[in-house]
Amino acid sequence: MSVVTPTPTESMGVKKTSHIGMFARVSRYALMRLIVLFATVVVGVYLTIMIANMGGFVDTIMRGEIRERVTQSIAANPTARQMDPAVRKQLIADTIVQEEKRLGLDIPIAVRNFRYLSNALTLNLGRAINMTSDSGSKQVRLILLERLPATLLLMGISQLFLFFSCILLALNLSRRYGNFWDKAVVALSPTSAVPPWFYGIFLILIFAALLKVLPFGGMVDSPPPSNPFDYSLSLMKHLILPSLALVLSSFFLSIYNYRTFFLIYSSEDYVEMAKAKGLPSRDVERRYILRPTLPNIITNFALLIISLWTGATITETVFVWPGLGRTLYQAIGLYDIPIIVGSTIIYAYLLAMTVFLLDFIYALVDPRVKVGGR
Amino acid sequence: MIALKKSLQNLFYYPSAILGILIVLLLVFTAIYAMIKIPYREAIRLWRGGEEVWYQNPKFAPPAWFNLFSSKKYAESFAVKTSDGSMTKDVTPGAEGTSTMSISYTYEFDSDYYPQDMILYISSKYTQKQPFVSVEWLTPDDRKIRIVNTALIQKQTYRFSQDAKLKTKLRSDDVIPALFSDPETGHLIKGTYQLLITGATFEPDSDINLEFVSHGQVYGLAGTDHARRDLIVPLLWGAPIALAFGLLASLGTSVLTMVIAALGTWYGGWIDELIQRITEINLVLPFLSILIMIGTFYSRSIWVILGATILLTIFTGSIKAYRSIFVQVKESAYIEAARAYGASGSRIVFLYLIPRMIPLLIPGLVSSVPAFVFLEASLALLGLGDPVLPTWGKIIENANANGALYRGYYYWILEPATLLMITGLGFAMLGFALDRVFNPKLRDV
Repeated sequence: MSVVTPTPTESMGVKKTSHIGMFARVSRYALMRLIVLFATVVVGVYLTIMIANMGGFVDTIMRGEIRERVTQSIAANPTARQMDPAVRKQLIADTIVQEEKRLGLDIPIAVRNFRYLSNALTLNLGRAINMTSDSGSKQVRLILLERLPATLLLMGISQLFLFFSCILLALNLSRRYGNFWDKAVVALSPTSAVPPWFYGIFLILIFAALLKVLPFGGMVDSPPPSNPFDYSLSLMKHLILPSLALVLSSFFLSIYNYRTFFLIYSSEDYVEMAKAKGLPSRDVERRYILRPTLPNIITNFALLIISLWTGATITETVFVWPGLGRTLYQAIGLYDIPIIVGSTIIYAYLLAMTVFLLDFIYALVDPRVKVGGR
Repeated sequence: MIALKKSLQNLFYYPSAILGILIVLLLVFTAIYAMIKIPYREAIRLWRGGEEVWYQNPKFAPPAWFNLFSSKKYAESFAVKTSDGSMTKDVTPGAEGTSTMSISYTYEFDSDYYPQDMILYISSKYTQKQPFVSVEWLTPDDRKIRIVNTALIQKQTYRFSQDAKLKTKLRSDDVIPALFSDPETGHLIKGTYQLLITGATFEPDSDINLEFVSHGQVYGLAGTDHARRDLIVPLLWGAPIALAFGLLASLGTSVLTMVIAALGTWYGGWIDELIQRITEINLVLPFLSILIMIGTFYSRSIWVILGATILLTIFTGSIKAYRSIFVQVKESAYIEAARAYGASGSRIVFLYLIPRMIPLLIPGLVSSVPAFVFLEASLALLGLGDPVLPTWGKIIENANANGALYRGYYYWILEPATLLMITGLGFAMLGFALDRVFNPKLRDV
């Protein structure tokens, strides 16, 4: 996607200047989008924090938890047990105040929300209450960043596969419009109403429980193989089912949508014209059908990815995939509020990045963006 | 209106539409049947009920119709009691207010697998002197096994499988198989078994009543879960809840989206700008995570989640799609005419702009139902389902939490999953056909 071939109508003489112009255009566009998206993310994250901490409801829960934990730890402490009851009570009260201060509960909520906002934007997400990262840290950022690669791997592989296989198949089908496979895809497209985790359950049932050929879940064998080759082999084996589930859930509808775009565009006059000129059908497809439909297809794909980011949470849970989604699930179970809020913020960032990346690609492939600058 | 009617008639040319309509109708009937058969309060009582409601059922039992497809038969569950006469009870009065009674239950056992457990629930009435019972087990090969002799308290539960004395007597850790098989070969014996209980009471008003429960390996139409609950209750009640959630959410979101888009386009200016900005912010808000936060921090009630879902779904890509069409419609001649005769803004929006879009609204509305039905199931799977209501998602969650796939209780996941899938496919197929009928652009391709 880095080099954009100039359209055939452009004359050879202005080729060089148009490249520079395009670079300036794209970078200006990217900068503008980046600023707008950053502002959007700020508002989005603030809203997230507000929802998470509305009316200080979370604080009440946290206060109760601190009280219980401190009281129990002091009750279990042998030196504290021999103290005078009044002294011990004072000790408990002091420790609670200290602990509340440590967690920042003594600041008014409006101020705290803004402090949370700046912390959140810099990914300074605080300390988890119960969970720890594999390296033993209680930093929410470390816990989440540790899980991020797993999610990116799963999503990346399945999305790339989905995108390219769907485009190829859709092109193929649009060429053979109305044949058996085409009709089959149209008939199967409602299956995309079912979310990926649901396919996951069935895939586990078939391939793990009944056929016993693929693992139930997880990311690598336990214990993980020390040899890098074996490790990646094991990783691949564990990747098959979750990514298959993600792909299956949007496969037929994507093909159907792309195919429809291709069909609409292939009945345009200029396509007929190109065919009449005697251009090979590969060229016709690439230059005259694929090219003008790409913006549409990318928009479609962007919306799909955005919906899949959320769907992946549960898919990961079903497949025990150690990514962000599963962490979120565990955090719900443990009531670990910083992790829940933190992962929501990370998801907001990921979504913004998706939107930005696809906007950027959009700017590259859609020549109309050139005209107005934006 | 006529055009709408004609379009709907076109719908019947699509086989997928007919199938979709049939599925939706079937779901509606199931929902109505469920609500009539098991009233709301009763359903919740059953779903939330523990051992005291469901003691007659086995745990983890597949549905009874499994036996139809299996050459080896699983034992079915049953419960009999003296109070309704399903167990015979003969009382012989003795001297000084005492009496002896003989309670027996004879039945034919012809399964190829042992039952899970057998339990006696004994209740007795006395003021001072405790009644006494002696329980015996008669096998088809005429052996008589003494199970237990005991004095009774008011209410007493006797589990065959957990009696240590009986284990020693039978020289086996598994009491139930030992009771049903030949002591020499260890093979299961089919035939007539009899449970014989001889009781003695020592006061004039004293009485003994008992209930004999045999937990089989299969149960009922839908099987049972880890808490012995009959799965038919949540399976039936899942239908109205899924329909209500899916339809309300999709109706709410599509109608509100359309109204907001129409208002934004008509009034333009800052309203339009605000709607655009909100849509962009909403795009980076992680939908599910926010619902998860609401579920964990505030309320798991299905209505709160429904409201939040609608709010978060209004400002999505579809508002932009509606907007682009409204921009075109706004310029059409009939709107110009309405303006010319002095129609107010709200009149134009609600009487001229929005009705024009109804053909577009319907397919979108129907096709978005599955997403919401599955959303409810997804939240339930994450443990954030409504704590009170029996839903399909809750069954899957329970099954998943109890390792149904690993332990081979496939029915437990497959039943709700199939229903969810049929619901999703039904609405998706109907919506798909509607889309083709109402969108002429798609009809040719």
